[in-house]
Amino acid sequence: MSLRGKTACVGLATFGTGDRPGWTPTEMMGEAVHLALADAGIGLSEVDGVFAATAVHAMPQMTLAEHLGIRPKYSSGSNTGGSSFMAHALDAAMALEAGVIDVAVIAYGSAQRSGGGFKSVSEPMPFEAQFEPRNPITAYALATARYMHEFGCDRTPFAEVAVSARKWAEKNPEAFSREPLTVDEVLSSRMISDPLGKLDCCLVTDGAAAMVMVRADRAKDAPKPAVYLLGAAMEHHHRMISCAPDLTTTSAKESGARAFEMAGYGAKDMDTVQLYDPFTVVPILFLEDLGYCAKGEGHAFIGEGRIAPGGELAVNTNGGGLSCVHPGMYGMFVMNEAIRQARGDAPGQQIEGAKLSLAHGNGGVLSSETTTIWGTAETL
Amino acid sequence: MSQGPEAEFRERLAAGRFMLQRSAATGAFMFPPRTAAPGSGARDLEWVEASGEGTVYSTTVTRRRPEQGGPLNIAIIETAEGPRMMSRVEEIDPEAVAIGMKVRARIQEVQGELAVVWTPAEGAA
Repeated sequence: MSLRGKTACVGLATFGTGDRPGWTPTEMMGEAVHLALADAGIGLSEVDGVFAATAVHAMPQMTLAEHLGIRPKYSSGSNTGGSSFMAHALDAAMALEAGVIDVAVIAYGSAQRSGGGFKSVSEPMPFEAQFEPRNPITAYALATARYMHEFGCDRTPFAEVAVSARKWAEKNPEAFSREPLTVDEVLSSRMISDPLGKLDCCLVTDGAAAMVMVRADRAKDAPKPAVYLLGAAMEHHHRMISCAPDLTTTSAKESGARAFEMAGYGAKDMDTVQLYDPFTVVPILFLEDLGYCAKGEGHAFIGEGRIAPGGELAVNTNGGGLSCVHPGMYGMFVMNEAIRQARGDAPGQQIEGAKLSLAHGNGGVLSSETTTIWGTAETL
Repeated sequence: MSQGPEAEFRERLAAGRFMLQRSAATGAFMFPPRTAAPGSGARDLEWVEASGEGTVYSTTVTRRRPEQGGPLNIAIIETAEGPRMMSRVEEIDPEAVAIGMKVRARIQEVQGELAVVWTPAEGAA
């Protein structure tokens, strides 16, 4: 039995994206849930499924449920890093379809920027910590260096990814970094961990986001257009970058193939493609692994503005983690933009007539990959 | 087994020996140490002296400020036996470490604990 189209997102919200001092991660996550429920026209007392992951809570879904004052029949705080929320959408779809719960909320909150920078409850990696990696950047720098070696490119394509993201952000009123950016500025930004300069790295912002999911029968009556989960699939392999089987091919190859199979749509059918972009090399890897171009060709594929506004592929239309928002874990915002585009609710950066959106989450150090495909009622 | 595989690995390092496990049947090596082969679960593991030969698989330089210790190399080394390890290449400028460079293993203390670090193999630099 397929989960295709059995559940839908009927409400979503972001809160405090950018610089929002004076709020705790729990308060921000809770506020995003209240706003998402209002968007869905569903009362708090109806929520019986809670899904959350953060970088600062050991048991985030319990903290959130306590804060909301509800008693979930099912919850999960499963943490696969930034892809947790796409995995939670799959969890929620299964729990809803099985009848274990009726209304699911998925949430994330972080005060990373105003709280003094990147924090994580993550443990040190055995056999790695001694060498003082500054994860995640060290791991992604190692992957970027390997990509350049294997496929013979310089740093320019990565700068082009950052510039394309910024051009989208210029259109998005909610984006954090909106001033124009050039390839030369990215290339000459301060080197952090070779070959990654400061502008190859995601933002450090505050921010919370939440969404509400229900079964398809109920979704029909929602006040805002329901956006259906058509496909969802995950795969993970390693936890530590030194245990990655390959630094330039990710599990997105598998998660993407299975998500497309469930959805009954292919890569080329997507009207918008939202890809987790913690560092500039990452969207290139995912465009290759998800089938938009062959392995090793992504650095050329993204050239000449192909993924910028007006290009042939609408990628990271909110400006991405590079220019819109990145409060430690970005997955919830990737899914938010995919769903907003599909329900025609992305003023500034709306892709006219968008019906199908892909939201791909990445977690750890290219470790965990979850692909979700969302579509309007007419795509069912 | 009186202790776990990580403790066994470290005990061998303390005795000056860099050893890796392999499955007797398949000959496939693994790292980090385990009680069974990753993926297959094969239980026929044996400790074998590593050749100490490796190749730089990828490399980066953390741009620390001088007062923080200056530039620091972090590399992934592919051992001649197959498994990769995070480590660093010493006795060479951090920026000069290059993918494909042949390196040799050396046991030394890093951050208060013994580890395998690497130096350019003769003629590699």
